[in-house]
This record gives sequence, C-alpha cells and structure tokens, in this order.
Amino acid sequence: MKTLLSVDQLVTVFGHGDDTLRVVDGISFHVAAGETYALLGESGCGKSMTALSLMRLLPDGGRIAAGAVQLEGQDVLALPERDMRRVRGGGMAMIFQEPMLALNPVIKVGTQIAEALALHQQFAGQAAWGAARELLDSVGVPDAARRLESYPFELSGGLRQRVMIAMALAGKPRLLIADEPTTALDVTIQAQVLDVLRRLRAEQQMGMLLITHDLGVVAENADRVGVMYAGELVEEGARDAFFAAPKHPYSRMLFEALPRPGDGGRLTTIPGQVPGMDQTLHGCRFAPRCPYAIARCRSESPVWQELNGQRVRCHLAADLPARSERGLTAHAKSSQTNAPLLQVEGLKVHFPVRRGFFQRTVGHVRAVDDVSLSIQAGRTLALVGESGCGKTTVGKALLRLIEPTAGTVRLGGETIDARNAATLRRQAQMVFQDPFSSLNPRMRVGDILLEGMDALGVGVARDRRSAMTQLLRQVGLPDDAGARYPHAFSGGQRQRIAIARALAVSPRLVICDEPTSALDVSVQAQILNLLKDLQDSLGLAYLFITHNLAVVDYLAHDVAVMYLGRIVEQGSAAAVLRAPRHPYTQALVSAVPRIESTIGHDMIRLAGDQPSPLNPPQGCHFHPRCSHASEACRQTYPDPTRLENGHWVRCHWVAGQP
Amino acid sequence: MSVMPVVLWTDALIFALLACVLVLVWLIRRQEHLRAPWRVVAQRPMAMGAALVLSAFVAIGLLDSLHFRERLPDSPADAPQYSIDVLSVFDILVGDLRTQQEKTYSAPLAMQLYAKEFVQREGKTVREYPRLKFGGAHLQQEAERVPDITRRSLIGFAQGLALSLLVFGLLAAWQARCSKVSFGDWLAAWGEGRLDWPGRTVVFFVTLLLVLGSVLLHLAPAYHVFGTDKVGQDVLYISLKSIRTGLVIGTLTTLVTLPLAIGLGIAAGYFRGWIDDVIQYVYTVLNSIPGVLLIAAAVLIVQVYIESNPELFDTAARRADIRLLALCLIMGVTSWTGLARLLRGESLKLRTLDYVEAARAFGVSHARIISRHIFPNVFHLVLIAIVLDFSGLVLAEAVLSYVGVGVDPSMHSWGNMINGSRLELAREPVVWWQLGAAFAFMFTLVLAANLFADGVRDAFDPRQGIRR
Repeated sequence: MKTLLSVDQLVTVFGHGDDTLRVVDGISFHVAAGETYALLGESGCGKSMTALSLMRLLPDGGRIAAGAVQLEGQDVLALPERDMRRVRGGGMAMIFQEPMLALNPVIKVGTQIAEALALHQQFAGQAAWGAARELLDSVGVPDAARRLESYPFELSGGLRQRVMIAMALAGKPRLLIADEPTTALDVTIQAQVLDVLRRLRAEQQMGMLLITHDLGVVAENADRVGVMYAGELVEEGARDAFFAAPKHPYSRMLFEALPRPGDGGRLTTIPGQVPGMDQTLHGCRFAPRCPYAIARCRSESPVWQELNGQRVRCHLAADLPARSERGLTAHAKSSQTNAPLLQVEGLKVHFPVRRGFFQRTVGHVRAVDDVSLSIQAGRTLALVGESGCGKTTVGKALLRLIEPTAGTVRLGGETIDARNAATLRRQAQMVFQDPFSSLNPRMRVGDILLEGMDALGVGVARDRRSAMTQLLRQVGLPDDAGARYPHAFSGGQRQRIAIARALAVSPRLVICDEPTSALDVSVQAQILNLLKDLQDSLGLAYLFITHNLAVVDYLAHDVAVMYLGRIVEQGSAAAVLRAPRHPYTQALVSAVPRIESTIGHDMIRLAGDQPSPLNPPQGCHFHPRCSHASEACRQTYPDPTRLENGHWVRCHWVAGQP
Repeated sequence: MSVMPVVLWTDALIFALLACVLVLVWLIRRQEHLRAPWRVVAQRPMAMGAALVLSAFVAIGLLDSLHFRERLPDSPADAPQYSIDVLSVFDILVGDLRTQQEKTYSAPLAMQLYAKEFVQREGKTVREYPRLKFGGAHLQQEAERVPDITRRSLIGFAQGLALSLLVFGLLAAWQARCSKVSFGDWLAAWGEGRLDWPGRTVVFFVTLLLVLGSVLLHLAPAYHVFGTDKVGQDVLYISLKSIRTGLVIGTLTTLVTLPLAIGLGIAAGYFRGWIDDVIQYVYTVLNSIPGVLLIAAAVLIVQVYIESNPELFDTAARRADIRLLALCLIMGVTSWTGLARLLRGESLKLRTLDYVEAARAFGVSHARIISRHIFPNVFHLVLIAIVLDFSGLVLAEAVLSYVGVGVDPSMHSWGNMINGSRLELAREPVVWWQLGAAFAFMFTLVLAANLFADGVRDAFDPRQGIRR
C-alpha cells in the first residue's frame, strides 16, 4: 500500500531554555492510504499534541523542534502558512472530541458545511448546499435536507459528531485525524459513529489516524496500533498481533487493568501515574512503574527492536514471562442474601417546565418515572443506562439532593422523609464522577474529610483527627495528605479523597455516580479494587451508577437497566449481561467494543437517539428504536414479566415468548 | 506645644481599613493557595513599579490622616484653648509650604506675581508685576533665578541619587545575606535579571521616587514649584493634600460596596428562587436611576443637615469630612450592582458543582456552605473588582466635584482644583498650572492603580492561567 503520511522523529516542545517541556519526543510512524492507524495511550501521553503538530495547530507556546512530516511526499513542516491552510481540510482533516465545542452555535449546520466546501472545492450557493446535503447523507444523517437548516444545539451528540465528520470530509481529505471521536458519546451512538468512519474510509480510500485510550475501539477499528507513553512511542504492530501478544510491559498491563466480562478477580493495577512532562527522564520512561525493570532500564533508553513483526522499545521484550491468564474462578462476589438495606418504591422526579411571562407550568420533564429498587447490605446494584436516562437523578433523589416528586425510600427499615434527613445522611453518601469538581480547591484535604463529621456530629470532636488519619490510610493515601490542598493530587488520588470523604460518616450505603469514567484505565483499576476491598472489609452496599458495562460486570451483583426514566430490565449481573432479554439491553451489551476476537460478534444496531423525557413516546418508550416493536408496544407501557431468579423485564415482545 | 488629637470619621475608617488589610495580609501569608497568586503579582515588573508609586501615594495619604489641633499659645494652662484649624502630621512635615501664601496667581517657579499691581517705587507709583513674598524672595534680581533653580535641582538630584545608592547598597547586602551568596554574585544576578523578583524595576522606581522627592525638597522651600492659585496658596501643597481625598473616595466607597455586593450577589446566586428575584429587581431598579441625580440629591440632604445642626460640628474640617463620608456612602450604595451581578453569576455556577452537592449531602448548613465553599471561590473576583473600581472612583470624584456635587468646596481635592481653574482657562495669558498639577497627580495615581490592577487580574483570573 502507498504510504500516505510519514512522520519521522517528530519532537514538539513547549517553552524555552530550562523550562522546555518535550510533549512529543521523537516519534516516527506512517499511515498508508485506506489504513487506520491507532495511537493508543493514557491521558497526558502526548497523543493529541501529536495530532495538533501534524496539522500545525499547536497552542501558543508550542513549537515543532525537530523531525519531518510528509503527506503524500510533501514536506508539511516546510510549507508557508498560506499553503498550509489548503492542506488543513484538503490534505488532512481533523475531528475533535467534543462536537459541541467544535461547531459554532449561532450558525446553521448547512452554512458551516457549505463554508468548508466553498474553501476547498470552490462550490458556491445552491451547488454548495446540494453538496452539503450529499455529505450529510453519506455520514448517515437522516432527513439531511432538513438538518442543513438546523442549528447545532438542535442536534443530539451523535448527530453533531456526524456533522463534524461531514465538515471534515468537505475538502476530500486524504488523511482523517480522529481525536477521541466517540469518547463523549454513549455506546450505542459510538457504534453508529464508528460504523460511519469505517465505511467512509473504505469508500474513499482515506488514511485514518485514530487517537484513543479505549482498547475496545482500537480492536474494532484499527489496522495497526502504536502505543504512546510519556511522549514516546513504545510499541507498534499490526492489530491482530498486538492484541494476541502485546510485547511492551506497559501495553500488557493496560490489558490486564481492563475489567472484562466474566472476570471477578482483582485487577492488575499499574502503580503510580504517567510522569509529568516537566520531569527529567532517564532511561526507559516506564521503568519507575514497571514490575520487570532492571538497573539497565533506569540508565539506558531502549532502542527499537523487532519481534515477530511487532516493533517494541523495551530491553526485556524478548525475555518477559508469558502472560498469565487471570483466573476466572476468583469470583469474590459475596452471595448471601439479607434483608434489604435500601428499598425504593415508585420514586418519581418530575421537573416542571415553565414558560411565558407568568412562568406557568406547561409540562414536566419526567427525569425519573416510577423507579423501584432494593439493595441488600454488602451487595452492589448497578444502575446502567445512557446519558440522559435519569440515572444520576435517581442517585441524587435518594440522598434528597433533589426533592423527589413521589415515592418512598426506606433505609434500614426506616422510612426517610424531609424530617429525618440527618439519619439518611449518616447512612448513605455519594461519590461523584469528576474528581476535579468534587473537591473544593480552597480547602485542605483534612478539612474536606472533617466537614461531614462536623456537620453530622459523628463521634467526639477530639477523636476526629485520628479518625481522619485512619480514613486516609484506608483509601491508600499518605498520612500527611490531610495538610495538603487537592491540587497537589492526581485524578486517581482525588477520587480516593472523595471516597474517604463519603466514608467519613461511616455510611452503610454509598452511591457511586460514574466514579471511574473520568479516569484512565490503569487508575480506574486502582479505584475499582479499592471499592471492592472496602465492600469486603466494611460490608458496604453500593448503588453503582454507570454507563460502562465492563465495570458493571466486574463489580456488580445485580443490574438494573434504565431507559428514559424507567427501569426496563433488572436481575442478577450474570443473567442481565450474559443473557439480556430486553431489546434495549441486548443492543447495549452488543454495542460495547470488545478486545476479544470480533469474529462472530453480531452487533445489534440501534437507529436514532434517545427521545426527550419531556415528551416520551406513547406506549413503550423504546418502541421507535426497537426492531421487535408491535402494535401493543405503541399503545401501552408493558408490565413487568417475571423470569427466573428475580430477573424481570418490561417488554411485550418478551412477554409474548414462551 | 501641646496638641489635641482629632479623629475625623474618615480617619477612623481609613485606619480600620488599614488594620483589616494588615490582618488579611497576615492570613494570606499563612495559606499557600492564597499566597501563590500574590507571588505572581510580585514577579511582574510593571505591577511592582505601580505598587511602589501607589505606596508613595498611600504613605502621604496616611500621614495626612493623622489630625490634631494646636493649642493656642496664649491660652491658660488649666483651661487650654485650641486652634480651630485642624492640621495633620503631613502639614507639619511640609513645614512652611502651607503658610507661605501669596496674594494671588503666580506661575510655577516664578518670583513675580502673575498680575500687575500699582507699587510704590522710589516715591513713584508704578504698575508692574510685584515680587512674591516667598517665591524666590532670597534672590536679588531676575537673572539669578534660572541658575539658582538649576543649582538647587542638581543638588537635589545628586542627593537623591546618593540616597538611593545607599538604599540599594543596604538592600543588596541584606538580600545577599538572606540568600547566602556573595555581594558580587548577588549584584551580577541583579544585573542580569536572574532574581526571583523584578529587582531592576524596583530599584529603578525607588531611585526615581527618591530623586523626585529630593529635587522637590530643595526647590519647594524657596519657590512655588507648581505656582500658586487664586488666593495665593501653593498648588503643590494643595495637590499633595488632595491625595488623601482621592484615596478616601477610592477605598471607603469600596468598603461600603463590598458587604452589599458580596452578601446580595452570593445570596441571589446561591438561594435562587424568590430571593434571587427580589435582589435582581432591587439592583435593576437601582441601576436605572441616573447616578448623578441620586448623588446630587443625597449630598444636598447632607448639606442641609449640616447647616441646620451647626452645633454638631465644631470645626470646618469636621463639616467637610462628614460630607466626604456621605459622598462615599452614596457612591457605594449606587455602585455595588456590577459586582453583585458578577458574583451572582459565579455563585449560580458554583452551587451546581459536585463539592457543594457533597456538602449538602452531609447536611451542612447554608451559612457554612456559603462561607467555606462559595465565598473562597469567588474571592478572586472581589479582589479584581476592588482594584479595578479604585481608579474609576478617583476619577468619579473629580467629575462630581467639577459638577458641584462632590466634596466640600473648602476641602482640597483634584476635582475642586479643576473646578477652580475652569474659568481661568479662558483668560489671557492662560493659567494652566492648577489644572496641569491636578491632571499630573491624578494621572499618575490612576495609571499606577490600573497597572497594578492589571497585574492582579492576570494573576488571579483562572482563564489567564494557561498562558503563563
């Protein structure tokens, strides 16, 4: 295949003199036409900076210090800025992670696409509009002609990302750079967008540089894979070989840190974190975190070596022990059944929609509509669903952070209402998604931990300091952490602080709202292990709110699947994830990109997006997207159909089956 | 000579404010995250230069705020009587500048009056420019004037330079000792700008201030450096006295603004609902009343009150002072809305953040959430607003006094100076120095304040963080 893009010893730096940060440090790779090359790595490894260097769109202060970039034989770095503008969009185009930020909110979608067309293909007026419609058609936007007249805020996330792709394609680029194109999207939408990208690449023989941290996405889309660590490429190889036998210890540990279906053992964690760019690094950059490191690793930077067609930079690559398969038997999920700790009946949260001068209520957003749950002490219930289905609202309504509209909450046999909220707060606490916004940057960690104990009057005041030290140890933080401010800690450590804060009042139930979705894979493993240990030692019950099914499989005993404010399927984790019955659950499970062999993996594709909870569809909420929908589904909301072992489904189709 | 200290209202408030600032500085020094942005400010040459100029102004203003009344020399010892003139420490320091009063206008550094008069000379009545009583009184004839001024300036310049060299030497020795390097090494580091603070700029500005001060010190006793005004008062003296007025307006008004803006702004953003509605209506209404009208009405009320209750104010200074305070109050009451709106928006954002939710999940009280989670996180906005508002308020005083609703006409202020020189601009030859002096002083103070505010904003504004 013809080489489309070749990058040779690219070095990108920030700053001058002693403060120089080498964010990309001598990486070389090439992408052929019609090929997808995936750059894989955790955040802070320099993946995005590599992409921006190729486009010569580095932020202020960044510059390319050395190296060569050739696109179809043309030296991109030597071009004057005037010609470079033609290369951007024409030669190579880029798709960004956050589609809302990449589209101008006050200009119609059609005008934005037409602008790109006018620039690169000299289309104007009606011709541009027509070409824009064809582009939208080609990326699978339904009703393209009408969509051209829409503003970005009128489109859902998946549609917006497709518009972005259409804009990127407007200049008929030879190379498409996709920087985490689906990270902000739900799994079912992610599957749709990745589909579009695969199809376009094949049709137009484009080269694609796919930047991602998700091994699953890589496995399903890439032809070749390059693993980045701390600004360097450490391993490169064809996809199949790489997934069969990763050679670099870092790649291997990334695999082992990933929770996988049917696997309940402890996750392998990579100690520490990606080194900051400002540290001076000697020898192999991974050595400080590598369990196999020898003295040579710390002094001498490894050179590339070739092993069965894979290239790797590791002194020990040839001598590493074979990968041990994790035992699938070490399933430590306790299974005893007790009286339920938390019982929720008919929980409803409706937000009034007010319009007009007098702020009259014209309707309700039914964020949570008749949800019933129960959790036993020491067990984990996962609440699964796509964004906007109301799962976070359930968590907040349980803690009365949002006042529920209806429903009863019984905690430890006691009915909770506005009067005895303090009882609730001592027994149930919450861990939030974003460890950066969940800790007050102006308070010391110690004060953050003490806040809950002070507010609820837990224990005697003079014992609280020692309780705090105890807590810090429990979540694996150093004793002196209490005197420091949150900014001194990394994302994973901050999440530990957030967990310690929740534990400070010795709750029996912890509501975890996507606690690992903002974290890297290796750090996610540390947090999941910690949560599991805490459950074992303290007998905690978790309500685990997430969209990540792999994590659910690892941690949860029971699963409840939510769609548009209602639970559509509930049962034990094994039953729901291994043998899902509701069509929505089936689609959800099959849309998760898998790193195992994808042959025979038949994906169920969902059309369209989740409807608005302001105006849910008549009958079964899911019927507009369901391939099994019948007349009954359009008329009435289905009642629960009980299956074996407490597994139940709300679906007419399942009810109709023998 | 015994004196009776006089504490005017504004004096008390200024020193209370000073105490607050000192306490705040002490608190900030103890907390790393509060200290860090100030360290950034201290590393900016422009901000440090501006801070030095500002501190010179503040020093004069503070000295001018220590008031007292002198005892009358012939009053009996058992029942002392005091002069009705309220003086300040600053008046004592400038010596005769206050009392060297001419008849009327005289040009800067002149030795003759600016208006012709009939004088008796050798038995004849001649119409000519008479000699000044104090300005250049030691000279025999006009030809000696320029050489004398040059000589005095040069001596002043040389002395200022020598003094700053001495200060620099002491500073270098102290710094070298602190950082444990040799004197020569420190000088080299200073020369190449390798210090962790902008050494060269600071030394330059200290030298500039010392030289300027020393030249003025040599010229002022013998001449009227900025000329004299209509009633023959030294314009330099008036300008220096006006510093205090400007500072009082700039700082005390903020003191009135802050509790209103912080309290109402945060309450509106945090509680939302009807509290938000009420507060928003209040500031929308307040904003739509023309500010000058409100201020004019309030000042008029105070004026009437003062005149109908003369027994409450024993001196003219007290009367002028209460009017100044009233002006600060009313300007504060009309100018809190901008900051309040800003804080409301920021609190609206903060209240949805996870750490506030986490605090609510613990049942932490509203007062505690506001004081521990919201206020510390909007404090940088408050600080930026204070320094930005300062210069605006100093300028507003000038405008209001010019319109006639500002400070008392008997009080020295730049606005009154401009007002006084308004009519004289039309005369031929023009009297420009009064306006020029007011302009120069106000310009320096406001420019310094703005440059300092720029530095503070850059250091505290999180959006600027990436570019550093």
